[in-house]
Amino acid sequence: MKALQIIQSGYRCTIEEQDDPVIWFIQVLKTAEGEVDIVLRGNAVNYAVISQDASGLSFGTWTQTQPSKMDQDLQQAIDQGITVYAIAEDIAIRGIPESKLLTGIKQISRLEFANLFNNYDQVWTW
Amino acid sequence: MSDTTLTFLIMDAPFEQARTTTAFRMMEAALEKGYNVNVFAYEGGVSLSFALQQPHANAVHGRTFEEEQHPLTREWIAALHKKAQEKGLVFDWVNCGLCVDERGVNEAIDGCRRGGPRDFLGWANQSNSLVIGTR
Repeated sequence: MKALQIIQSGYRCTIEEQDDPVIWFIQVLKTAEGEVDIVLRGNAVNYAVISQDASGLSFGTWTQTQPSKMDQDLQQAIDQGITVYAIAEDIAIRGIPESKLLTGIKQISRLEFANLFNNYDQVWTW
Repeated sequence: MSDTTLTFLIMDAPFEQARTTTAFRMMEAALEKGYNVNVFAYEGGVSLSFALQQPHANAVHGRTFEEEQHPLTREWIAALHKKAQEKGLVFDWVNCGLCVDERGVNEAIDGCRRGGPRDFLGWANQSNSLVIGTR
């Protein structure tokens, strides 16, 4: 069974979890031999921006030592064999330049996005 | 003792969205500026101070338990308590008792106490600023 994973809500709890739990969950599915790919849309396309820096969080004497690195997590997913798509229009409207994107991301238009569903048995929206 | 007090209200549970972290950052900034802070946590927010929260390793990232140093909101609250004490400020955290009972999270860390909306109303009447860090 092939399942397409659509992620729209970016940075929902990446500070507290030190990653995006949905991307984490998908990576675990992949290690369990799940056939999964990812589509980033809406605010979540920003996960594909390289050199993000979420460090610096501290409360009193508590300091975060392992801040989330969303670009590296996506790269890891790609290296696992997960195809990561991102909606081109959502990237463009946010003014994200090509030079700032992970090279392994596959940009697709909204029209291609709809057609992509035909390649999967299930579509999961997060 | 500062004569400026900020009162926060938080509803959201830990580990699910960013609004809570932002509220914590505002509390930290308030204490840093020398202001007293009150926090009323209700619904899922009462789990923020749950004493039995435990960190975990992250196999996906290849990090051990020690390396991951997973954030726990109970540790954030404890750190803010300590900061307030060191600066001679008030950091008063009240959990809605009914919400605590609903979720079975009675074991709050030291410095957090049970209360109800009446506590929040009192704070709202007395505070210089009211911050509702949820929606």
